[in-house]
Amino acid sequence: MADFTLPSLGADMEEGTLVEWLVKPGDQVKSGDPVVVIETTKGAIETEIFENGRVGELRVKVGERVPVGTVLATIVSSEPVASQTSSGVRASPAARKRAAELGLVLADIRGTGPGDAITLPDVEAGEKQALPTTEAVTGTATEPAPQQSTRLKRGFDPELMRQAIATAMTKSKRDIPHYYLSTQIDMQRAQQWLTEENATRKAADRLLQVVLPLKAMALALRKVPELNGFYKEGVFEQFEGIHIGVAIALRGGGLVAPALHDVDRKTLDQLMHDLNDLILRARTGMLRSSEMSDPTITLTNMGDTGVEQIFGVIYPPQVAILGLGKVVERPWAVEGKVELRPIITASLSADHRVSDGHRGAIFLNTLNKLLQTPEAL
Amino acid sequence: MAGSVEQIREILKRELKNLAPEADLDALDPTVDIREELDIDSFDFARYITAISEALSVDVPDQDALKLSTLERAEQYLAKI
Repeated sequence: MADFTLPSLGADMEEGTLVEWLVKPGDQVKSGDPVVVIETTKGAIETEIFENGRVGELRVKVGERVPVGTVLATIVSSEPVASQTSSGVRASPAARKRAAELGLVLADIRGTGPGDAITLPDVEAGEKQALPTTEAVTGTATEPAPQQSTRLKRGFDPELMRQAIATAMTKSKRDIPHYYLSTQIDMQRAQQWLTEENATRKAADRLLQVVLPLKAMALALRKVPELNGFYKEGVFEQFEGIHIGVAIALRGGGLVAPALHDVDRKTLDQLMHDLNDLILRARTGMLRSSEMSDPTITLTNMGDTGVEQIFGVIYPPQVAILGLGKVVERPWAVEGKVELRPIITASLSADHRVSDGHRGAIFLNTLNKLLQTPEAL
Repeated sequence: MAGSVEQIREILKRELKNLAPEADLDALDPTVDIREELDIDSFDFARYITAISEALSVDVPDQDALKLSTLERAEQYLAKI
């Protein structure tokens, strides 16, 4: 028998509130299954289990706020039960969010999606049949809220999030001796390639420019792996898996930087798909626990409404953050002539306890080089 | 032609409301860049173009996307396409 405890989903998390159980006693679970939704300062997080077995007892009730490390459930390791078909409530993130807004209990809704998963239309249909229950959460502004219950709020609380950011960034600036490097990168080839590629695609399938530096960053990390890992209690642990935390600004203030997993091994199409999914879930407050705890380095991208350069603050226990400014047209010397080129400023903040400027420079120069052959990314 | 200007305007406002639920779209100056005025990033702007393309059953080429960055220009562009 094993205990499933509340994990820490970031350097700044001390406690969480249980919003919803996705399993019930007797259900089979396998490593990677989301089993419980925990409300944190970063929104509601689908928390995964990393154990195989059968759910024994649920120890914490919906609505309870408990510290990190609390036993949430017991897991009985067991032989597979052939006749067992129930596996908790399967539902898409959109359906889950809508159900929460409407105050519906997922278990009461009939699913018609793959594997009987509950889809958004199922929730809308369920709304007509069901009355709001005591599980109701605060509704959004666009719909009449079922009940003015403030006990649980889906999404994030800007004040709590600001506190969490303050805690993490204070720790970073206190403990991490940052060094900063930056370089300008000519994006002409990358943009040309992207324009040609997107010309053949429908709007929904187009690639955003950010996937190019994202993939290039992951490949450059293979060359300078000491930027990819955790520094904890005086020891640096370098990781094989390149899980890039993507800083996502939230409307109303605050940000989260959940992980895109194994970026170096994904195609640009996969990355675009996964990034879309990640951003949407970050904004609706439904990220997974592994996305919160796994980032091995962070990318903060200004996008086209930002400014030219960003000096990132490392998110501990990570040891580096790459910042990308917006693309600007600048005079650029090309083979003895001056031309206008789209230029992006890439900046690196890294931890001097782990690496030096020399290695950081190799990373940025590699990034630049990779972006000159976008077709190879 | 994707529809009447009124229909187009309605769809544009509906999709903008999805991205920026807190915005007062009736007070929005139709000549300002919505990305700056409503704090819409490149990701959301791409979603906006996709949603409009689907709602009006038109194909907005990527190089024309920025022609949709103000309400007024978007209406003119979509009425002609």
